[in-house]
Amino acid sequence: MNAPLATVTFSLDGRDVTALPGETIFDAARREGVTLPHLCHRPEPGYRPDGNCRACMVEIDGERVLAPSCTRKPTPGMAVRTASPRAQTARRLVMELLVADQPPRAEAHDAEAPLWRFAEAMGVTESRFPRRAPPPPDLSHPAMAVSLDACIACGLCVRACREVQVNDVIGMGFRGAHHAPVFDLDDPMGASTCVACGECVQACPTGALMPKSLVDAAQAGARAADAVVRSVCPFCGVGCQVDFEVRDGRIAWVEGAPGPANENRLCVKGRFGFDYVASPERLTVPLMRREGAPKTLGVDPANPWTHFRRATWDEALDVAAGGLSRVAAAQGGRAVAGFGSAKCSNEEAYLFQKLIRTAFGHNNVDHCTRLCHASSVAALMEGIGSGAVTAPFNDALAADAIIVIGANPTENHPVAATYFKQAAKRGAKLIVIDPRGTALKRFATHMLQFKSGSDVALIDAMMHVIVTEGLVDRSFVAARTEGYAALEAHLGGCSPETMSPICGVAPEAIRAAARDFARAERGMIFWGMGVSQHTHGTDNARCLISLAMLTGNVGRPGTGLHPLRGQNNVQGASDAGLIPMVLPDYARVGDEAQRRRFEALWGAPLDPEPGLTVTEITDAIARGAIRGMYVMGENPAMSDPDLAHARGALAKLDCLVVQDIFLTETAMLADVILPATAWPEKTGTVTNTNRQIQMGRPAVKPPGEAREDWRITVEIAKRLGLAWTYAHPREVFAEMARAMPSLAHIAWERVEREGAVTYPADAPDRPGRAIVFDDRFPTADGRARLVPALYRPSAETPDADYPFVLTTGRQLEHWHTGAMTRRAPVLDALEPEATASLHPFALRRLGLAAGDLATVTTRRGAITLRVRADEACGETMVFVPFAYVEAAANLLTNPALDPDGKIPEFKVAAARVERAGDRRR
Amino acid sequence: MGTRFHPKGRALDHEALAEVEATLGAAPLRRDLLIEHLHALQDRFGHLAARHLRALAERLRVGQAEVFEVASFYHHFDVVKEGEAAPPPLTIRVCDSLSCALAGGEALAADLEGRVDPGEARVQRVPCVGRCAGAPVAVVGWKPVERATAEAALAAARAGEVRCPVPPPALAAYRAAGGYALLARVRSGALPIESVIATLSDAGLRGLGGAGFPAGRKWASVGSFPGPRYLTVNADEGEPGTFKDRWWLERDPHRMLEGMLIAAHAVEAERCFVYLRDEYPGLLAALRREVEALVAAGLVALGFVEVRRGAGAYICGEESAMLESIEGKRGLPRQRPPYIAEAGLFGRPTLNHNVETLIWVRDIVEKGPAWFASQGVNGAKGLRSWSVSGRVKNAGVIVAPAGITAHDLIARAGGMADGHRLKAFLPGGASGGILPARLADLPLDFGTLAAHGAFVGSHAVIVLSDADDVAAAARNLMRFFAHESCGQCTPCRSGTEKALALMAAPRWDAPLLEELATVMADASICGLGQAAPNPMLSVLRWFPQEAGR
Repeated sequence: MNAPLATVTFSLDGRDVTALPGETIFDAARREGVTLPHLCHRPEPGYRPDGNCRACMVEIDGERVLAPSCTRKPTPGMAVRTASPRAQTARRLVMELLVADQPPRAEAHDAEAPLWRFAEAMGVTESRFPRRAPPPPDLSHPAMAVSLDACIACGLCVRACREVQVNDVIGMGFRGAHHAPVFDLDDPMGASTCVACGECVQACPTGALMPKSLVDAAQAGARAADAVVRSVCPFCGVGCQVDFEVRDGRIAWVEGAPGPANENRLCVKGRFGFDYVASPERLTVPLMRREGAPKTLGVDPANPWTHFRRATWDEALDVAAGGLSRVAAAQGGRAVAGFGSAKCSNEEAYLFQKLIRTAFGHNNVDHCTRLCHASSVAALMEGIGSGAVTAPFNDALAADAIIVIGANPTENHPVAATYFKQAAKRGAKLIVIDPRGTALKRFATHMLQFKSGSDVALIDAMMHVIVTEGLVDRSFVAARTEGYAALEAHLGGCSPETMSPICGVAPEAIRAAARDFARAERGMIFWGMGVSQHTHGTDNARCLISLAMLTGNVGRPGTGLHPLRGQNNVQGASDAGLIPMVLPDYARVGDEAQRRRFEALWGAPLDPEPGLTVTEITDAIARGAIRGMYVMGENPAMSDPDLAHARGALAKLDCLVVQDIFLTETAMLADVILPATAWPEKTGTVTNTNRQIQMGRPAVKPPGEAREDWRITVEIAKRLGLAWTYAHPREVFAEMARAMPSLAHIAWERVEREGAVTYPADAPDRPGRAIVFDDRFPTADGRARLVPALYRPSAETPDADYPFVLTTGRQLEHWHTGAMTRRAPVLDALEPEATASLHPFALRRLGLAAGDLATVTTRRGAITLRVRADEACGETMVFVPFAYVEAAANLLTNPALDPDGKIPEFKVAAARVERAGDRRR
Repeated sequence: MGTRFHPKGRALDHEALAEVEATLGAAPLRRDLLIEHLHALQDRFGHLAARHLRALAERLRVGQAEVFEVASFYHHFDVVKEGEAAPPPLTIRVCDSLSCALAGGEALAADLEGRVDPGEARVQRVPCVGRCAGAPVAVVGWKPVERATAEAALAAARAGEVRCPVPPPALAAYRAAGGYALLARVRSGALPIESVIATLSDAGLRGLGGAGFPAGRKWASVGSFPGPRYLTVNADEGEPGTFKDRWWLERDPHRMLEGMLIAAHAVEAERCFVYLRDEYPGLLAALRREVEALVAAGLVALGFVEVRRGAGAYICGEESAMLESIEGKRGLPRQRPPYIAEAGLFGRPTLNHNVETLIWVRDIVEKGPAWFASQGVNGAKGLRSWSVSGRVKNAGVIVAPAGITAHDLIARAGGMADGHRLKAFLPGGASGGILPARLADLPLDFGTLAAHGAFVGSHAVIVLSDADDVAAAARNLMRFFAHESCGQCTPCRSGTEKALALMAAPRWDAPLLEELATVMADASICGLGQAAPNPMLSVLRWFPQEAGR
């Protein structure tokens, strides 16, 4: 019953105007320059007009009552009067009714709220109506203040929570004058299931919901900023655009901005996690290790002076470069390795890899992509010739079926998850495949809660169903792939009945999910670390690629393969060549023509041998083969598997140069520490999981003497004898654009102007291609390779001594190793302490109660922490987030590697859980 | 806020989950049945415990807030949070709407409050329970006690008489008297549906829930939109002073059901939903039983007719709010357009009728349109069921011509109660305004009272006498509207609350109240807010001295 897709000509205040298809009177009037007051209506993407506040009423000739312009669509010939006395009286009196119950503007929670601005514009400053008794505020949440005396029951917070973010926490409780937002069962916000995305705060038109940081003890405040800086969120790969709202030289609060990936949405980290920037623990001056100070982790980041002394920039840079040079001179260039960072800009990643490759003559440069999607990229490069996503995650809204496997996007890619949840609510079949019953389970058509590490068995069984039941997209397979016969032969032995005992999912459940996915007109597959962080991570991804190919689900809207990238710039850092096997744009170092091209561009010989990966470098240090390291913004002393080994290795280095914004665990082991700028302090581009290159802009000044990473890298390079002259990231980007075909038609100025540009782009004035591979894959023959994968168990499986599966990951509030987020007071307040999550039945079996201290032990180490009862876990699973240094999960993890991706098996380790102090041996 | 040792929010209590599952039994875990599920829990446990709501949300796979907003919207649910006391086992509801108030309802409530053991029972003042002819009314548990005294109510409580009487089975007698023959003729095609529609139009049958929309036109309109379509019956009779639908359903349920099935056939409805107010539990049991009997008799398919239970919300008598409620949501009226004929229940074209409208279908077709049309007087067409209460001798339902005057109706009700002289009357329940005695000779029909700021609505006539304070009556009605406002739109939510506060003044601020009334009428989403100022305006217009003017 949709309105016909035609324009409508109607009369607006006596003149003929034309409404575009689907436009309401409000929309058309606004386009014509008549902005009606609006409170319950938020004319932003994702917000359905509701027409309840009645502040935008207009008069329509021939109608008995007035009409809300925000919901009413014009019809041909309709005569609308926005300025009739009747309409104006209604709008003004409605405002007066609402103002009656507000605290006085001088005491308002948000004196700049839309309510006050519209009231002022209408001349309503006070009310003739009596004020109702104000309810007390709810200050239970660390991030947000709830003051319902200012609430006008417009329900924008409910739409924000339920329709835009799909968190389903807020409802409108009660009735009549008591009608008001409630959290869960009318619980205090801080005790509710609220995930603090803050969408409700962003939407609230009155200040009833406010960032706590903006109101004083009496809950008075205003959303008033001195400057607004459009940038990108520094946390995950979703790449949400943000507006840093700056007041008095500090970020006062953050609003979601209309980026292509997030459409104004943010999560708790992006909205409330910005204050790490202002942490008193920021590194503000270069530091040198004190003579004789031991290389241990026990340094207080707030007081580094026990182990370090202040240095000038010149001294620190000289010592850093000199130390690395000396190692190279003594042991050869190969004795120096570098870890760049997916947290830095594209330009910084590019410079870093160029520095290692050209100054030291080898490829021993890597970054955390190794710990993240290295296996996915290996499989994708092999299968379809490209490691990036084939379609943006937002396309989930166009899909009929969506697989989310080995990913917990509501915690790790929260804004992407909002699109999956919206898609499911609109009727798409959502197939969630995960050993944990993640929050997406509630939205899932099929929840396949399978045994950790049995991905290949399960996906093979699904493909078996598709093949044997005639659900293969034959024409796609014939036209676009090679290797089908071998895959079919392999799948013959993978019936659901055969695979069910391995993966723990009933055959019928496997069949039902496989059928729903195969029968969908458009299907997408999303995956995360749960797929990649295995010794068979590449095989896992191969299966997913095959599944997409068998069902013809690449290259069209609503179809595609999408590994959800983790770090904000892991896509860009990888594209920039921060990988030991490849140069920028994945040019193989062994490919002579490619290497020649870069040698010409860089004016330096390049090593044709692939370099060492993250964990291989750690091993090489332990062996004594690597003696010097330059680490920019990475924290291997927390993020590597088997940390005791990794930390021991780092402490052995002759020269460790660490460039970071905090005294990370890695920095504690450094010889020289170079203070860098945080993301909101610098200029640069980043590339998100959707292949969207976005512009980061500085909002605040760096603290003390801290400098942008690229500037520091340039200074180091100069001291290593490289003739670098870069004076601005745009110069670096220009060089990258010359080196990287993927950046064709994408100039720095374009990114600056458009805010976000998707690569590849066909022309400087045409949008980039969001969906790729509609007719061929970038492989030699244009076809995708179907690579069968045979189930192999994880490197370590539970046994009598270690009966649990330990799996590690992140949690919503904490980013990676916690360096930033544990210094963000709101995030730290929400998740202040490491916990091990176990199923309540498992806890009962172990004689533990939620909150008890337990020791989790693997063959590599033990940590002691309190337990959380969480039914999302299977009954033989223990989940530990790896952000907490005091109970570092990676002391336990298994460094066994995937043979292709060289990624460690973070997701499966055999573990024992017992009450702390009850060690049996 | 300290470390959490559970996921965010209230933890799932497995014992509560088991209790919820046991209570719901085999009921489908459909979102649209949320209100039915809440009833099951409220009936079983006497309240809705937070841990049960949490478990119910888990089972329905919805957020807790979605459950809470529905549970807290309807007055017949008692949400009890952790650490709060559950309500006592027995609830005595005392009607505080106008007819009962005139008959001493407030004194009755106060008397009861002083006499019940708070551990055993609680006394609630509730809006009209649809038994105005027996005012004052107390409902003990589900047992209505008419012309109630505290003694009578307490005696019922002590005796454990807390069930509502259920009318006896009616299908056999109805069929014996020729019932469902017409349905058979319509279904067989012997009587073309076009001719039924023409007959209803010729007879002048109008919607008798209050709006008066021509029934035949409605059938034709709904049928013109592509299916699937639904049919709903609005038996949520909540307009204070109105009890005719209960009266009909207690006496002749199949007359309504046959009308409904003919209408369903006319619009090729996929299913029919009868939405019955929760104040009529005896009827609920009877209707469900009669529908089962129809299934057993092969007259309707299993599942074709569903009887849904309201939960204490006047607003659900508004047709789009009722649809929301049938969908298991809060009863928030929808914006129009689209009209429900085009996009109604579950977004599908929906034919909605009031009980009485359907009651007349059979008679009209069997006796002919001329017969029905000729029943009206003073230019009106047809028969109407008038709910007459207040200061008359014999309050009750009076089936009388459309267009009858208040004087004639009072006469048919045995005249004024002894010692009372007509001062004013409400022609259409709480919403229809208040008219002075000197207008008691106006014909009562749709549209005839508009010039006087009144309407006939659900044909509930409440008679006030010289013993009554009209301003107090208007306050009673405004309090009702404030209590029953869904809260969705500002003019109604805030307007009723502010109006009530302003009407407490000895001298009403007439200009402000009139301005407010204009905006409520112009800018409220639905009829509740639009009509709520009517009694207040009536006082200012006809009885200004009572407002201190």
